[in-house]
Amino acid sequence: MTHPNPAAPPETAPVLQAIQLQKHFSHRGRGVVHAVDDVDLVLRHGEVVALVGESGSGKSTIARLLAQLMPATGGELRLHGEDARVRSRRAFRRYVARVQLIFQDPFGSLNPVHTVRYLLTRAVRIHHGRLRGQALEAELQGLLERVHLTPPERYLDKFPHELSGGQRQRVAIARALAADPEVLLADEPISMLDVSIRLGILNLLKDLRDRLRLAILYITHDIASARYFADRTLVMYAGRIVETGDSESVTQDPLHPYTQLLVRSAPNPDDLADRARGARGEAPSLVNPPAGCRFNPRCPFATELCRTELPPFAEVGEGRTVACWGYSDRVDRPVLGDVGEAYGERPTIEVPHLAEEPDEPVQPSGAAAEASVAYGPSAEEGVR
Amino acid sequence: MTSTDTAGAGAPAPAGALVADPVLDIRGLSVDYGFDANPTHVLRDVSLSLGRGEVLGLAGESGCGKSTLAYAATRLLPPPGLITGGEVWFTGRDGRREDVLAMTDARLRQSRWQDTAIVFQGAMNSLNPVFRVGRQIVDGIFAHRPKWSKAQATERAAELFEMVGIAPDRLRSYPHQLSGGMRQRVMIAMALALEPQVLIMDEPTTALDVVMQRQIVEQIAELRDRLGFSVIFITHDVSLLIEIADRIAIMYAGEIVEQGPAQELYRRPRHPYTKGLLSSFPPLRGPKTELAGIPGAPPDLSNPPAGCRFAARCPHALGRCQAVEPELGPTAVPGDATARRVACHLHDGAQPVPLELALTR
Repeated sequence: MTHPNPAAPPETAPVLQAIQLQKHFSHRGRGVVHAVDDVDLVLRHGEVVALVGESGSGKSTIARLLAQLMPATGGELRLHGEDARVRSRRAFRRYVARVQLIFQDPFGSLNPVHTVRYLLTRAVRIHHGRLRGQALEAELQGLLERVHLTPPERYLDKFPHELSGGQRQRVAIARALAADPEVLLADEPISMLDVSIRLGILNLLKDLRDRLRLAILYITHDIASARYFADRTLVMYAGRIVETGDSESVTQDPLHPYTQLLVRSAPNPDDLADRARGARGEAPSLVNPPAGCRFNPRCPFATELCRTELPPFAEVGEGRTVACWGYSDRVDRPVLGDVGEAYGERPTIEVPHLAEEPDEPVQPSGAAAEASVAYGPSAEEGVR
Repeated sequence: MTSTDTAGAGAPAPAGALVADPVLDIRGLSVDYGFDANPTHVLRDVSLSLGRGEVLGLAGESGCGKSTLAYAATRLLPPPGLITGGEVWFTGRDGRREDVLAMTDARLRQSRWQDTAIVFQGAMNSLNPVFRVGRQIVDGIFAHRPKWSKAQATERAAELFEMVGIAPDRLRSYPHQLSGGMRQRVMIAMALALEPQVLIMDEPTTALDVVMQRQIVEQIAELRDRLGFSVIFITHDVSLLIEIADRIAIMYAGEIVEQGPAQELYRRPRHPYTKGLLSSFPPLRGPKTELAGIPGAPPDLSNPPAGCRFAARCPHALGRCQAVEPELGPTAVPGDATARRVACHLHDGAQPVPLELALTR
């Protein structure tokens, strides 16, 4: 690999690895959606990797590609160094026993007509054969205990609707653990949950990482939770990874202008002055992504180079890479500055005032007259 | 209802102390869900006032009654929601006072959009997909300005689009042709079409990513400064509220448990729930600490516990918390701003307030 990111200690070999992963969806004859392009990703035992990006940046597509719920259109997928692309149902079963996916919505991912016992029994039987009686019971209780739903007897015979959102997500995690996986792909596992119980789920996943040495991919749009939970963070923008590194340095010292914008845009009650102001623009269409760097239409530092050539990953210190021409040694590279000031002040908004004309006889006549004085000259006199 | 009396006598006092010139004054509002013999009391005797030109933040977990409060105060609450008591006094720019809950249907129709406008949760779904967005704004204008010409209304819609930073040629777009951020701005433009005095925003940025959220929030703040309307901003993201709101009210299980100026509430929370809520958001900057959130889950409102509703999850719960319901009152920490209110037995003066809830700087 030329530019992926060996940030984690090299003694742990990769469990799941994606190399130059690509997914293009055809758009009914109207071109191709470039959902994911050239994504390199390494998951290791006992490590949480966060994938951060805004909605539509391709995060969930990556989760589905890694879970092989849909085929990639390019690139490689390796499990313990061997090609992991499944070509048969049986191979898929073997693969999902090692790589499990948790969905965002615990309200949708658990079948409402079945009890927790049934949901977990299905998963256990699929992956461990026909356990019965005491052995099955012990397995189910063990699973619920692992996700801290204790005492297990209280939860086994409940239906999903009898559980709170956090408990449901724990059941979904227990179901994933039933396969005894090596890799857990968590697609926004907390964003549908109440704020007060989100940390409980993150702490549980942390605990599973440490006890079971799981390799976890944590997909989120909340960069603050990535800092809290993940060892390494990858930042995505419009289908491409733009920055990688250990979570602490990516969030504390973001290098790519997009990461800077993301970090500076997050609410920060402690320092109201230190935030990016006046940012404009939106993520590009992935049907016709901009040439060069995909962030260039919004980037305040973009130059001609950024608009024409795709920036390669530049090594910028211990295990950190960033895909931005500003860190290259090209002579025509853009000069990066502080993204907080770069956008300058938002152009002041012209606020045209509404000509005062009350609904029929609602207001006392004095009010209308007073209001039109108070709120500027009324333009509608002539019209009326 | 017994609480109407106490609200009439008790609520204006704190309200008067908190807000000098209220544009919206909610007193003792109660809402039930369900028409049967056993309705769920989702709002119990909630009093809240919104000052002129103020941004009031309303925070709490899902299901705690934030949206119900906003919809009840505007009489938009759909069945089986039922307002069982209370008053909502609206004061116009000209000093006219009206109880929204007592308005006739015709008067209510006039007042909506004109006096109070709402930006609904999920702008994606609040626009009609089969009409161009311009048409939808123009329709709203015509409902209140029947005498306007079509050109005049369209011109106003174009002005509004420019105001929220969308090119006016987008008036001819259908909602699906706009991005999430743009649709949200269309909703804001629509809400501002008649220059309402109160703008209620129900989770306006929840579906957007942080960069777009920042843009929208900046825009609301700027428009507020220029147009001088008041905002009730509903969200579960307390850290965002601290930036945008002047004052924050924290709701839990259908009641307001604490309110106060935004920065005060953030730096010196007085209610254990506020404290827990604030430490449920991992910080992006500053030292990295182990956080725990709040153990347990909010109570089932169809069968609420006796006493304080937070007692079962509260690390400081006392014996009487399970039995006696606390009332919203002044805090027990000397030196607190007079505008602070908290509903917690820890602040009744019978025992010292735990240190973490009694910070003074």
